[in-house]
Amino acid sequence: MVEFFQTHLGYGLGWFLAHLILILLIALPVMLCMALSTWLDRKVWAAMMLRRGPNVVGPIGVLQPFADGLKLFLKETIVPSGANKGVFFIAPIITFVLALVAWSVIPFDAGWVLADINVGMLFIFAVSSMGVYGIIMSGWASNSKYPFLGGLRSAAQMVSYEVSLGLVIVTVVLYASSFNLTDIVESQRGNIFGLLNGNIFNPLLFPMAVVFLISALAETNRPPFDLPEAESELVAGYQIEYSSMTFALFFLGEYMNILLMCALTSILFLGGYLPPIDWAPLYYVPGLIWLFVKIVFMFFVFAWVKATVPRYRYDQLMRLGWKVFLPLSLLWVVLVSGWLVFTGHFSGGAA
Amino acid sequence: MIQAAVFYLFAAVVVLSGLMVILAKNPVHSVLWLILAFFNAAGLFLVIGAEFVAMILVIVYVGAVAVLFLFVVMMLDIDFTSLRAGFSRYLPFGALLGLVLAVELVTVGFFWEFGDLALQARAAPAPGANAGLSNTQAIGTILYTDYVFIFQLAGMVLLTAMIGAIVLTLRQRPGVKRQNVAAQNARTPETSIAVTRPKVGAGVDTDGGVK
Amino acid sequence: MSVLAAAKSLLLLELVRGHWLTLKYMFRPKITVNYPYEKGPISPRFRGEHALRRYPNGEERCIACKLCEAVCPAQAITIEAEPRADGSRRTTRYDIDMTKCIYCGLCQEACPVDAIVEGPNFEFATETREELFYDKEKLLANGERWERAIAANLAADAPYR
Repeated sequence: MVEFFQTHLGYGLGWFLAHLILILLIALPVMLCMALSTWLDRKVWAAMMLRRGPNVVGPIGVLQPFADGLKLFLKETIVPSGANKGVFFIAPIITFVLALVAWSVIPFDAGWVLADINVGMLFIFAVSSMGVYGIIMSGWASNSKYPFLGGLRSAAQMVSYEVSLGLVIVTVVLYASSFNLTDIVESQRGNIFGLLNGNIFNPLLFPMAVVFLISALAETNRPPFDLPEAESELVAGYQIEYSSMTFALFFLGEYMNILLMCALTSILFLGGYLPPIDWAPLYYVPGLIWLFVKIVFMFFVFAWVKATVPRYRYDQLMRLGWKVFLPLSLLWVVLVSGWLVFTGHFSGGAA
Repeated sequence: MIQAAVFYLFAAVVVLSGLMVILAKNPVHSVLWLILAFFNAAGLFLVIGAEFVAMILVIVYVGAVAVLFLFVVMMLDIDFTSLRAGFSRYLPFGALLGLVLAVELVTVGFFWEFGDLALQARAAPAPGANAGLSNTQAIGTILYTDYVFIFQLAGMVLLTAMIGAIVLTLRQRPGVKRQNVAAQNARTPETSIAVTRPKVGAGVDTDGGVK
Repeated sequence: MSVLAAAKSLLLLELVRGHWLTLKYMFRPKITVNYPYEKGPISPRFRGEHALRRYPNGEERCIACKLCEAVCPAQAITIEAEPRADGSRRTTRYDIDMTKCIYCGLCQEACPVDAIVEGPNFEFATETREELFYDKEKLLANGERWERAIAANLAADAPYR
């Protein structure tokens, strides 16, 4: 597509236009999925509580997120008089933009990736580690108690869980010998006896998949780690002073981050756009569909966990992050690298 | 051309945000400008093709160090008037220090001579790039072969610093109730539940048995 | 801790069991009453929107004894009375401020002629406050609209009074 535009519009302009269209092709479906994911989240959560969930707007309530969006759009944007205005408005923008930017390196199918950079995994990790700024800035700029507490909590929480998240990613990267997400997915093709695709079927990586999932829950402030926005103690944490579109940006960013983490789990452990079984007929289903199914499944797991477990206490959260996950994932990096050296995984590689 | 434009954009933002770090009145704003400076420095690394270093810069400095920085600065309750109270008193000394530093920088800038090795290194920024290695692999091969001792030593220094900080700040207060997670998880119905049938009016004593 | 317990805790068995439970519940029938389309049963004694009733021949029941006005703890009822042309005592004004009313049901208990009653209707939310200041006309209209339901409720509750 880039070549097509470049032959017709010249090199620079063609490149620009082609990438603009590609960005829209990724961003718009992602936003649509995000809107529907809020609906799915509420439906699953309700079903597990024997409730019905949204069912009035549109067939079985699928249009509910759009109605909510419209409502938020029509509301007044309130700026607290004591707020630090510049930072107050930049914070939701940062959250939203960062959540969207990370999708640029996600491979939706073999070769279907906007930016096929060789440090894609690090890029996503960098972007998600910057996600904390939206929260901490909003917490400080609101100039109010609860947002501030929420901001502090999220800063400590996200920094803590990034450590184990990074180490888990390292174990997968060791197997793939690459930070490129497409390479990581391709490394899982038939990795278990040429039968199954996906690191999760690897007994050595399965515990890391669990650690990754739990850390991802903490990283996206989902229950049981939703302390920055705990309804019952901080009434919504950093989001309290936000209304209308500024709130909507936070909301969108949060769910987009969740979808991103689902996509990341799918890519790192479930084989991304590959079918779960390395069997020729399954490859007739487009990779995009497989990735979509996996993301939806992971999102269901996120909602499932939200419906099941109670919120952690703050010291328990820190204990889990630093005293359980950090040593465990460190040990596992040693184990995995030891195993890979022992089996001669690196001997034929590029490095 | 585009590369040069991007370089100047990043460089200008780095310099400007660096200036704003010291000019901003609010310390939190200073930290935020500092973060912008870090971020654009990472952009500069990208321009010269060092994507691994750029990403690590963002992850480590922007994602972790600056967050903790912001964390601490946000919690400071700073009284701006007392902060500026000694301004005129310390001005001569501060100006002198600044002058000395500026002179040193200018001297270095004009009279610095690059060694032959440095110039060679600049000609080939990523060692092994010609051999088709990405710079992640290039850094890895150098770091874990030629410089592995220094690398491990640096790690030990950091570990010592970390343990030192913990030792200095850890205090064991008496009488603090702590959660023993292992003990809690080890509890079973047999160890924690006693089924009794107390007589009316007799009650149950504090040990859980019948009076 | 025994080896078994350690293995249980390491494999997060309790967590898995909890999730299995919620997953099972997900497929159970929903217990939500789909409100505007489905409604729960209401007791005959339900105290909802007020209504002034009439006798079957069309004569209004209220005799302006003002017992309800006197008993009303929220002082939501205002009554003014005058003899009618035929000499019978009737109200000229019967107002209930529904924003004050606490739905205690003392007015219907006090009424000697079953004129003021609290019907089964609870869906009378309005967009303005003024619409909740009910006058006699509105109350009589309510009585006409809900008479069958009110009469049935009174009949159902009568054996227990």
